[in-house]
Amino acid sequence: MDKLAAKIPQGPLDLKWTNYKAHQNLVNPSNKRKLDIIVVGTGLAGASAAASFGELGFNVKVFGIHDSPRRAHSIAAQGGINAAKNYTNDGDSIYRLFYDTIKGGDYRAREANVYRLAEVSNNIIDQCVAQGVPFAREYGGLLDNRSFGGAQVSRTFYARGQTGQQLLLGAYSALSKEIAKGSVKMFTRREMLELVIVDGRARGIIVRDLISGKIERHSAHAVVLATGGYGNVFFLSTNAMASNGSAAWKVYKKGAFFGNPSFTQIHPTCIPVHGDYQSKLTLMSESLRNDGRIWVPKFKEDAEKIQKGTIKPTAIAEDRRDYYLERRYPAFGNLVPRDVASRAAKERCDAGFGVGSTGLAVYLDFKDAINRLGKHVIEARYGNLFQMYEKIVDENPYETPMMIYPAVHYTMGGIWVDYELQTTIPGLFAAGEANFSDHGANRLGASALMQGLSDGYFVLPYTVQNYLADQIGVSRIDTDLPEFEKAEKEARATIDKLFSVKGTETVDSFHRRLGLIMWDFVGMARNGENLTKAIEQIQELRVEFWKNVKVPGNNEMVNPELEKAIRVADYMELGELMARDALIREESCGGHFREEYQTEEGEALRDDKKFNFVAAWEYTGENKEPKLNKEPLEFEFIEVKQRNYK
Amino acid sequence: MDLTLKIWRQPDASQKGRFVDYQVQNISADASFLEMLDILNERLVIEGEDPVAFDHDCREGICGACSLYINGRPHGPDKGITTCQMHMRRFKDGETIVIEPWRARPFPVIKDLMVDRTAFDEIIRAGGYVSINTGGVPDANAIPIPKRDADTAMDAASCIGCGACVAACKNASAMLFVSAKVSQFAVLPQGKVEARERVQNMVAKMDELGFGNCTNTYACEAECPKEISVSHIARMNREFLSSKVVSEKTK
Ligand SMILES: Cc1cc2nc3c(=O)[nH]c(=O)nc-3n(C[C@H](O)[C@H](O)[C@H](O)COP(=O)(O)OP(=O)(O)OC[C@H]3O[C@@H](n4cnc5c(N)ncnc54)[C@H](O)[C@@H]3O)c2cc1C
Ligand code: FES
Repeated sequence: MDKLAAKIPQGPLDLKWTNYKAHQNLVNPSNKRKLDIIVVGTGLAGASAAASFGELGFNVKVFGIHDSPRRAHSIAAQGGINAAKNYTNDGDSIYRLFYDTIKGGDYRAREANVYRLAEVSNNIIDQCVAQGVPFAREYGGLLDNRSFGGAQVSRTFYARGQTGQQLLLGAYSALSKEIAKGSVKMFTRREMLELVIVDGRARGIIVRDLISGKIERHSAHAVVLATGGYGNVFFLSTNAMASNGSAAWKVYKKGAFFGNPSFTQIHPTCIPVHGDYQSKLTLMSESLRNDGRIWVPKFKEDAEKIQKGTIKPTAIAEDRRDYYLERRYPAFGNLVPRDVASRAAKERCDAGFGVGSTGLAVYLDFKDAINRLGKHVIEARYGNLFQMYEKIVDENPYETPMMIYPAVHYTMGGIWVDYELQTTIPGLFAAGEANFSDHGANRLGASALMQGLSDGYFVLPYTVQNYLADQIGVSRIDTDLPEFEKAEKEARATIDKLFSVKGTETVDSFHRRLGLIMWDFVGMARNGENLTKAIEQIQELRVEFWKNVKVPGNNEMVNPELEKAIRVADYMELGELMARDALIREESCGGHFREEYQTEEGEALRDDKKFNFVAAWEYTGENKEPKLNKEPLEFEFIEVKQRNYK
Repeated sequence: MDLTLKIWRQPDASQKGRFVDYQVQNISADASFLEMLDILNERLVIEGEDPVAFDHDCREGICGACSLYINGRPHGPDKGITTCQMHMRRFKDGETIVIEPWRARPFPVIKDLMVDRTAFDEIIRAGGYVSINTGGVPDANAIPIPKRDADTAMDAASCIGCGACVAACKNASAMLFVSAKVSQFAVLPQGKVEARERVQNMVAKMDELGFGNCTNTYACEAECPKEISVSHIARMNREFLSSKVVSEKTK
């Protein structure tokens, strides 16, 4: 139980972080040079942390699977980043950003962490502007803001539709500066395979060089994991192809607890799946729901004709259309929250009313908006999105309604961390999407970028230093230690085992099958029976995987099939833990919707008496049931309410 | 549709490469180009052959990882998109498609269609940043920046670092890439402080790494998936010249 101490500083909410910083332990400059820090990942969280550690004078080693740190998945974020600047004078404040984030997360996040996030959000914008990040500006030369879901204020800073790219390039430039200076050493195309623990502390990692296949040992006084989210367990998601959960899974198996693994965000407006060869899904900004109306045919015969392609949507008369969101949620209509919109689309499609050749799509129709406002207005608002849609789907959304469908987008769950972002393994920290910390059961738009940079620029430089302060007497860790030997053996054993199967089915094929189980049973709508089924089916699939997977080639070469196989082997286990977590949480909250627990109107029904906790899962051994630990959530400063969308 | 693919196969940098023909059948017009390669690879794996290696990640035109030369053009026949954004409806049933890696001396082939573009990272390390540390910076709105300048900086900053400009250039020049970064900082007050050293150091690094000279053919702009303008090259040239003049004077 003690392991789960969140270590929240004493004092009033708005002084906790100040107090922490005032009392933390520091390391003097000459000692910093003797202390090594490993950072795994060069996304927003990893790059910002590594650059900041380097600036402080620590000796930093950074690892990433990409050929360049600039290609981390953060590059793909579109919409923007939140901050409580209140430049728009519309009543925003640190408290309000904190409150919106806690509420948006359906009261399943830690107050103190979220408050700190809101508090440092303003520093992030200052920092990025100073780096030369070209945020959008108004004619007066000051920064522009846009609105995002879950907030009544305009607090989202953006750089066209490429905010993630610009923020990452900012962090990458800071990182490049430190690499040039020699304080940071970059190891590209390296995949972490194991964590090394010496005397109970994280002391290093085992990585595979993705070009030569060489297995390397790297040691440090502390290790930071910033390896992103695990949405790709579903096979199809909006995540980049190489995004994975393996590093998080490896440290879980070494003793780090996994927090709320089942909390997944499914985004309602993505371009639908178009065939079984499909490799990933593309997000369409949720801003489209401001002007688009969502519908499916009211009658099955129409839906069937559309699926066969014998009629066009424009041929369906107004009174034969079902604007199901407007029908079910007259107050919010098409602007219901992400989770509600996603579930409603799935419900219609499952009932046979879906459109497109697969029947797994709904229409997002701009006809009324175009008639009302004129095509030029819609073009000015969404032109680039319409173009992107047309490139992929080959249909003109000004003339034919867009087809959309929900897709896996983000994982709120992740490695459990305390207030210092330290895991249950001393010396191992987790940041960015890889940790479970700030978004509770649902993340608000534009808050992931904020969290990644908050963790990296403004939290870890303090908390890791606090940890290292009592490590100054520890000399450089020797990679010849038996613990490194053992970890390397484990990594090699996994690789050898994969090659030894010599089966007949490809890794992708297994991944696709796992994804289907996850999507059907651990996706948008979950229930006890299906979750139990999911656990069984994943276990069966895992057995089959290890009997019949085919991994070509060998270890000593560029081998993307091997890379995928290592990741999918981990997903086969992580998927099961996600199902377990969803099964024990007998309530609905945020993105976690249990069909058994809903109000009469079909809204999520939380159970604060029984489930007001973070589920922190503990590994107990191969094929053994994991142990559930509970970190109770205490709301000292805000009142817990039922979220109301009506 | 059925297609013939002529794909460059090369086991590693030290060995010679060659074209190998592959047939793919029943490819949906809605599949993306990389999904078509996925289908081929899945088949090769089943047949016990070595799948074709290529770089890719985001598959939506932003990470800059994908890098194929398709029918003699970087990122294929369409303007303003990356390889991963191209769909098979762009091709005809029965067509032969030639697929090669970037071919430029500073980007050696790693395997098949994968090349090593770390030279770009090295150029950035030579000065593609503002030398400030985390913390202690002024309020974000302390220095107003004209919208026009911010927009120009953003145009330049949208470079994805894919290397198509180098691959398109007969001299393998990296001018468009380097100038985009120089230009982004040159128009922003935050970047102006170090503008002189930046342009000199980045250009020197570019030359040192073996990138060729710019002879103004503008193939780079034509093939850039983000349609970055050669006007940034002109700006960089001005920056470079004036930085020379200033450093001569201060000598
Ligand atoms: C399409 C899309 C749009 C989005 N838009 C927004 C938005 O507008 N606003 C917002 O706030 N959020 C948005 N998000 C979410 C946000 O982009 C991510 O949550 C965030 O960028 C994650 O950053 P990160 O640093 O934690 O991880 P990542 O950027 O995913 O980086 C992970 C890093 O870890 C490395 N890595 C992974 N595994 C290993 C391993 N085993 N060994 C070594 N290295 C490894 C990778 O190479 C990479 O460098 C969006 C997400 C998507 C998919
Ligand atoms: S795969 Fe990212 S740009 Fe093509």
